[in-house]
Amino acid sequence: MSIVADTTGRLLRSRLAGALASPHGVDTYLQLLDPMLAAHDVRARVVDVTRETTGTGSAPVATLTLQPTRTWRGHRAGQHVLVGVDLPGSAKRHTRAFTISSAGSQPGECFTLTVRAHEEGQVSKFLVREARPGQLLHLSQAQGEFTLNESPATPTNNHLLFITGGSGITPAMSMLRTLLRDGYDGHAGRKVTFLHYARSPEDQIFAEELAAIAAADNGVEVHLRHGDQTFSEFELRRLVPHFRDTDTWLCGPPGLVELVRAAYGDSEGARRRLRMEFFKPAVARAASDGEPAGGEVSFTRSGRTGTNGGTSLLEQAEELGLNPESGCRMGICFSCTARKTAGTTRDVLTGEESSLPDEDIRICVSQPVGECHIDL
Amino acid sequence: MSQTTTDQTPTAATYHGLTEEQLDSFGAEMDAIRQRVLADLGDADRDYLMRVLKWQRGLEITGRALFYLPPAWPIAVGALSVAKILDNMEIGHNVMHGQYDWMGDPALNSRMFEWDNVCPSDQWKYSHNYIHHTFTNVLGKDRDIGYGILRMDEDQAWHPYYLGNPLYAFLLMVFFEWGVALHDLEVENIVNGTRKLEDNKALHAGIMRKVRKQALKDYVLFPLLTGPFFPLTFLGNATANLIRNVWAFNIIFCGHFPAGVESFTEDEIVDENGDEARGKWYLRQLLGSANITGGPLFHIMSGNLSHQIEHHLFPDLPARRYPEVAGEVREICERYGLQYNTGPLRKQLGSVFAKICRLALPDRTPSGRDGDRAGRVTQDALAA
Ligand SMILES: Cc1cc2nc3c(=O)[nH]c(=O)nc-3n(C[C@H](O)[C@H](O)[C@H](O)COP(=O)(O)OP(=O)(O)OC[C@H]3O[C@@H](n4cnc5c(N)ncnc54)[C@H](O)[C@@H]3O)c2cc1C
Ligand code: FES
Repeated sequence: MSIVADTTGRLLRSRLAGALASPHGVDTYLQLLDPMLAAHDVRARVVDVTRETTGTGSAPVATLTLQPTRTWRGHRAGQHVLVGVDLPGSAKRHTRAFTISSAGSQPGECFTLTVRAHEEGQVSKFLVREARPGQLLHLSQAQGEFTLNESPATPTNNHLLFITGGSGITPAMSMLRTLLRDGYDGHAGRKVTFLHYARSPEDQIFAEELAAIAAADNGVEVHLRHGDQTFSEFELRRLVPHFRDTDTWLCGPPGLVELVRAAYGDSEGARRRLRMEFFKPAVARAASDGEPAGGEVSFTRSGRTGTNGGTSLLEQAEELGLNPESGCRMGICFSCTARKTAGTTRDVLTGEESSLPDEDIRICVSQPVGECHIDL
Repeated sequence: MSQTTTDQTPTAATYHGLTEEQLDSFGAEMDAIRQRVLADLGDADRDYLMRVLKWQRGLEITGRALFYLPPAWPIAVGALSVAKILDNMEIGHNVMHGQYDWMGDPALNSRMFEWDNVCPSDQWKYSHNYIHHTFTNVLGKDRDIGYGILRMDEDQAWHPYYLGNPLYAFLLMVFFEWGVALHDLEVENIVNGTRKLEDNKALHAGIMRKVRKQALKDYVLFPLLTGPFFPLTFLGNATANLIRNVWAFNIIFCGHFPAGVESFTEDEIVDENGDEARGKWYLRQLLGSANITGGPLFHIMSGNLSHQIEHHLFPDLPARRYPEVAGEVREICERYGLQYNTGPLRKQLGSVFAKICRLALPDRTPSGRDGDRAGRVTQDALAA
């Protein structure tokens, strides 16, 4: 069966199949037979929806189990996937990033996403409240470098530290689940410290599983903090005395990230140990502390020009009535890539400026610095 | 409101019969239609496009499969022809106009879509979406007036070369997709020296890539796959391409060249700042286009370019909306006393072919920009 499927898969991905299906591609024909058939595209069906928290008063969380198409290449713990959802009624597809919460997956294997419903958010609310088994989602392959890779700097010190807040727990959970699934039992002398901040005990997700992990004899320490028990460097030092020399994965709201970053300081070594992931775009922040904007921004193909307002090029284009393609709006999906033909732009994620002509830039995370021409 | 007449005071200067205020309110009414449809886009539009896509893919597969059954050859050719027509017109042309970009589906996005045609989509989007839709019927700017080959307007100076007008038109019809593909190369401008050959290098490479792909599947791979029926399949694919060419040519020529369609000069459309007011732009799109009447199936097969007027007024609204807004557009035109050029296919076609033949010959009456426009229209109408 699997040999037949493999051969079929290889045939469908062959150059011959591509040439015959040109210019539309094999997948557009396969999709007519069954949306779960694909040669290149990745899609998934929701097979289970589990409520994680009741979300009394605050944002509820649900875990979706997804059966991906055979094209899914698997993921490494900590990676995220871009999820395209056709929102009913509007017929619009919105794309958002969600970290995979289950342990590392093999090609074609099921995995889970754990999503917090933002009351004003379009996609998260739909996924948590309305997605049912059978729902079809469009996916990218897994991506991201926020993964369970230990630092080669000090191979003898293999204590692992996870610091997370809110829905930022998902990548750490995937890493922890991967370690335990793959037989990690803590007896090789390595410790894992799992430190998580939730708004309240009711908002704590994965509570039962974490309690079971904490109770087991596996070298994993779990510390859950709620409400006023916010992050303090003092407490971290008590839990992990050499935290600056410990491989650390940090993911959470901006407030938490700032505090932890300050605790690790600016030294080269500490910075190498502290890896971070953001769930929210840094655009707004960068735009407000950037230098005063100025000059004119021209979108050359459409012939629209505006005064540089200091926001991202994507927002400026939209303000001028253009509708450039975009997905994540935070620099991860590359669907907004456009060509800058002249001028300087600043990458708001890195703060780097570039004046190269004819450069492909992601307009959602690029701010014009002075005059700038974009081929849109 | 009625059509302004010549006895108006000189202060109330008119443009194609409308005063400045009338132009503004005309533009506002058009904007209102556009806004209303935009706000209403949703599941129905998506479902419609998906349905057409399913039919198109289904017909294409059916057509290709039936070539294994030689007695079914005519049906195979028919199915494949319809598939190619749907692909190019109701799907390709409209998707590449960005009519469905709002859905956020990469496969149906104007930046990604590629059609079953030897013209690469990016080049077509430049010459059609940008040049033709921006400079609709502006002489010397809109290269769709005669495609650099034909004389389609009185204001193109006559030359003995144009004696071949009907022949060139016939050839363009038969090889339409090739004509469209070569359109961007502006060969006539290279011949007359206003364009350099180097400018065409990149375009040329793009065309060749696309031509190879199209030729490979239609004239090599699919025929080979049918084994002994190679010649039949080869011929069938060529016929389907030809039928699509002839159909597309006829629909498209009826969109801008029937009698009564107006052309414009660069000077008359812009104000002293070089801008064209919104109302004027809409008016130019209206007067520069013509519709074809027909039933729902006819409209689908023509990619709704049978509603060329609505398409030119609202090029980025999903084409399936054109029939629904056509009534309103027509009513507005009546109120402003504006010509709404429409008629059945045979009338519009007859008028186009009469024009192609008439303009092959030198003009009977001296014409030119100073000439009487109304006179020209009657002359066209008589010729039709
Ligand atoms: C790498 C990465 C991994 C991620 N992993 C996860 C994960 O595992 N789990 C998870 O839950 N999320 C995750 N996210 C966040 C996720 O991608 C979405 O940003 C989040 O779910 C909100 O999307 P949305 O469509 O619901 O909200 P959007 O519609 O995009 O709105 C974004 C925010 O704006 C607010 N907002 C929207 N409209 C308004 C309005 N009119 N007025 C005021 N505020 C408004 C919303 O409350 C929301 O907070 C991740 C993000 C990244 C970048
Ligand atoms: S929209 Fe995703 S990278 Fe810009």
